[in-house]
Amino acid sequence: MALSVAATGFGLLWLVLVLWTLLWNGFNAISPTLFAEMTPPPGSTGGLLNAIFGSVVMTFIATLIGTPTGILAGTFLAEYSRGSRFGEVVRFINDILLSAPSIIVGLFVYEMMVVRMGHFSAWAGAVALAIIVIPVVVRTTEDMLNLVPNALREAAAALGTPKWKVIVMVAYRAAIQGIVTGIMLAVARIAGETAPLLFTALNNQFWSTNLNAPMANLPVVIFQFAMSPYADWQVLAWGGALLITITVLCLNIAARALASWSTFKQ
Amino acid sequence: MASDIALTGVAGRRGGTGALGDLLFRHLTLLFAVLVLLILGGVIVALVEGAVPALRAFGVSFLFADVWNPVTEKFGALAPIYGTLVTSAIAMLVGIPVAFGIAVFITEICPIWLKRPLATMIELLAAIPSIIYGIWGLFVFAPFVQQYIQPAIIASLGQIPGIGALFAGPPLGIGVLTAGFILAIMVLPFISSIMRDVFETVPPMLKESAYGLGATRTEVVLQVVLPYTRIGVVGGIMLGLGRALGETMAVTFVIGNAHRITASILQPGTTISASLANEFTEAVGDLYLSSLVALGLILFVITFIVLAIAKLMLLRLQKRAGA
Repeated sequence: MALSVAATGFGLLWLVLVLWTLLWNGFNAISPTLFAEMTPPPGSTGGLLNAIFGSVVMTFIATLIGTPTGILAGTFLAEYSRGSRFGEVVRFINDILLSAPSIIVGLFVYEMMVVRMGHFSAWAGAVALAIIVIPVVVRTTEDMLNLVPNALREAAAALGTPKWKVIVMVAYRAAIQGIVTGIMLAVARIAGETAPLLFTALNNQFWSTNLNAPMANLPVVIFQFAMSPYADWQVLAWGGALLITITVLCLNIAARALASWSTFKQ
Repeated sequence: MASDIALTGVAGRRGGTGALGDLLFRHLTLLFAVLVLLILGGVIVALVEGAVPALRAFGVSFLFADVWNPVTEKFGALAPIYGTLVTSAIAMLVGIPVAFGIAVFITEICPIWLKRPLATMIELLAAIPSIIYGIWGLFVFAPFVQQYIQPAIIASLGQIPGIGALFAGPPLGIGVLTAGFILAIMVLPFISSIMRDVFETVPPMLKESAYGLGATRTEVVLQVVLPYTRIGVVGGIMLGLGRALGETMAVTFVIGNAHRITASILQPGTTISASLANEFTEAVGDLYLSSLVALGLILFVITFIVLAIAKLMLLRLQKRAGA
């Protein structure tokens, strides 16, 4: 039993250690230039503006593509396929996609889009991220719709409401907080994803708003800069790492707060 | 579900715009459900298509050849497969006992007011992106291992005849052991949160009966809780294994990316995902690229099998709980 206490301490120790070194090294890197200048060549000063912009744009597009897709597929699973064989297969495949290695998604989008288009692009990066968003949203949407009491649906149906209206006007409204929580968790997940962007969005040293061209993004910049031998690049990598971690942790904590607030209300 | 059938019946009989709207909405959601299947199908087709040139050139020997030479265009997957399996094995060896300890602590020992915050903190470990573990491993953990842990291991375990070969060589910091250890930290929260969930499904009556017979807490955990939740625990472990096998960034930073198989786990190696991350965008030549895609295909097949087994086990548990 003492061992299990030790194990818990051991687990928490890493969380503390990782966060502490991250804060320590990251705060040294945070300065106004980090948000105002482009990624520099080695040896000169610069910031991460183009990478921050690229990450935000690609995450935004991926969420825009992934959220409606995930919600509709999740709706099918919860509302139209209870107990059906096909529904079970979709649910199973979705769970596999949920934990499939993200680098495989990158390879898939590379073969599908980059090879066909002939060049790396921000679109490809966004699609790769969207493929990671979809299973998360499908899963939470289905779970949340399943929590909506059937009596609500029956009451609406008894008033003569067609089923699609029952779903859109009643079930969605009852489950909205849970669904939003799922979307936030999905955004948190893709905000730090690196592997799928390596072969799709690639990287770009310069300011670019062209979605048809390679686009800088924080994770890949961190990867390149951290692996480089240049001290000033490594400092920027720590700065970027801190930005990503803060974003991801804030999204997670907010999502949890939202979830517990909504269960509290019920 | 009975109410579900009743609902469709009502909506179907009413006719008019409701029926048309229903038909449209139903098929719209169906379309996106099918899309989920298409994504998986697309992944398989794309990987197989990309891997064909390499598999045609090297045949089955691709799986067993320990060569990786972009200059002479000879490729074999043995070293990355070996690295993937060994790092994951180390991760499981370290991760499972710790995850088990955490789950036991949270479900059996921990005071109620501490439960939620503790569980949340462990789960935040899972939320930290893998690249953060990578950069931390490279700049903080690897130097620490090089300076303190590896010399100690080499001086003690490395001197034992037989298993000493596992711990031979200079202390480099980066290497298979370091990568495996960071993987262990990463899979911890996944495994422990599933273990926690399944431990909580044990009926209190069972535990109380055991306590009533005078069993100690250790006996209750090992002889009542664990046997009752066996399937779920194994399912959770498999899910963690699936994560460890495919994890990319954390490993890429600290494994050293050397395409070779060494007996010593202190030396650099490579994994499938690390090879892909390091080499894919710089690969020249169709055969080189295709070999990398073939590596990806192998990884996909391995993780698919592991995850499918995990899912089936957890599903079985769910059905039992529902029955």
